[in-house]
Amino acid sequence: MSFCERVLRNDERAIYGLRELYESYGYSLYKVSKFEEYDLYAHNKSFLVSSNILSFTDTNGKLLALKPDVTLSIVKNISDEDKVTHKFCYNETVYRTSADSDGFKEIMQTGLECIGDIDLYSECEVLALAVRSLSKISADYLLDLSHMGIVDGLLCEAGIDDALKSDFIAAIKSKNVSAINALCNKNGISPDMENKLCELTGLYLPLDKALAKVSEIIVGDRMNDAYSELCNICEVMKAEGMSERIFVDFSVVNDVNYYDGVCFKGFINGIPDSVLSGGRYDKLLRKLDKKQGAIGFAVYLDRLERFDSALPEYDVDIVLTYDKGTDVKKIIEAKNELAKDGARVLVGEHPDKSQRYRKLLKITDGGVVTLEAND
Amino acid sequence: MKQMINIALPKGRLGEKAYGIFEAAGFECPSIKEENRKLIFENPEKGVRYFWVKPSDVVIYVERGAADIGIAGKDIILEYKPDIYELADLGIGKCRMAVAAKKDFCDRRDRTLRVATKFPNIAKGYYASLSREIDIIKLNGSIELAPILGLSDVIVDIVETGKTLYENDLEPKSDIVNISARLVANKASYKFKNESISDICEQINRIISEKK
Repeated sequence: MSFCERVLRNDERAIYGLRELYESYGYSLYKVSKFEEYDLYAHNKSFLVSSNILSFTDTNGKLLALKPDVTLSIVKNISDEDKVTHKFCYNETVYRTSADSDGFKEIMQTGLECIGDIDLYSECEVLALAVRSLSKISADYLLDLSHMGIVDGLLCEAGIDDALKSDFIAAIKSKNVSAINALCNKNGISPDMENKLCELTGLYLPLDKALAKVSEIIVGDRMNDAYSELCNICEVMKAEGMSERIFVDFSVVNDVNYYDGVCFKGFINGIPDSVLSGGRYDKLLRKLDKKQGAIGFAVYLDRLERFDSALPEYDVDIVLTYDKGTDVKKIIEAKNELAKDGARVLVGEHPDKSQRYRKLLKITDGGVVTLEAND
Repeated sequence: MKQMINIALPKGRLGEKAYGIFEAAGFECPSIKEENRKLIFENPEKGVRYFWVKPSDVVIYVERGAADIGIAGKDIILEYKPDIYELADLGIGKCRMAVAAKKDFCDRRDRTLRVATKFPNIAKGYYASLSREIDIIKLNGSIELAPILGLSDVIVDIVETGKTLYENDLEPKSDIVNISARLVANKASYKFKNESISDICEQINRIISEKK
């Protein structure tokens, strides 16, 4: 089947464009069921973007949920073989509760998961695919990169316990340096650690320029390992010609119980929120008793709906009308003739007046005549 | 042409003070002081476009990207928890969120506390931290009337000097959090207009520290 691309909306175009991109890297399409057992989400609520889940009871009395997330469903079903790396991509609808719309929201998501033995190549491939996904949507894009080993590493080095961590993470997420100062003063954090935490919170620089700054806040082995990983990634991304589009921003923080490596968010100029989100989530696999590592991301297609969406000038190219009793064969012949070059032709004795058309034509005894031309 | 930064200011005294800081920081827009019915004021030379909105709407404009940056009270940020950056504390509009009640109010732990407030989320969060069961009565104004007329036991509201409370036989009982005006930014704008927003933020921080 062939068709003209103009009939596609932004989000639909992205679905097919991105699937083509992921499949070109060998990611195979993974289809998951609309429903999952509620327990899967109940046990891993903080992995989900929204912790409220739409649930219902099936005919056997089992509690099911409309899936709020795709990653959990994929990870759950992956076999736990050593050394094998599984690569999957998906297009799925997820269901999340929302305060803005009536109770819940249906969101179309596309994305990929790479699960298994995650080496530097696999990690960089996923990051490069995230960058390429953004570039398929718009030429004006950025990927923000962070590392949980640096954020959580610094919080641990500063002696911040788990109960306080969420307050610090909330301040880091909102780049709120004055809140970091206040929290440090209140909890007796050393001035040196306070400075490092403020530096980390305020940092926003392109990947290669950021590394020098990041090196100044490194303390301890965990942060050092994370820093080396970022340096290696930077080298690969430079070779890929992508390092200028990648910025280091530690306000990108995922749940510390599930994510432990790089995490990232993608932005498109003109869309007020991130359109892509992902990271390394080995800890989720540990929770599900699996040994492998994993990295992946999702693209939120619903956020593309209004992007660059100047409404088309016309709904149809031609409206073709006729009088009662006109020979049907003659109508079909005229329609086919007008549509042969790909024009959109709306035919009717009394067509919908609300449609915006380029031309209004009518079939008369003398042939097709133009009643109105708007172009 | 200079990149334009859309700035949402809260209508009222706080917004006027906040504009004063922008002006002192070198981002003036003289047309904003003209008396007319215009809604948007811009100075292309400085790359700024200001508009006045209802104080509680500033974070909505910023979160959804209609404004790149804005000035919002910490009370509004805590109440609505928008997904935005909080870049600076302007140190103006200082007050506190507090629990207040009639002077002779005696808190009985054996019953549900009735709390009247404009800030239900802040009130819920505060009492949850105290493991206290409450009944929230959401009001939109004249909160002080609630305990006087027996509608509620206490109120959770903003207290500046406490004068209105004392004049009505009420008094603050405990403080919840200190409030002041904050410079907030949309997350995507912060990235794509980083140079301009960082410049504004830096100049504003300079003015704030000079004032200190």
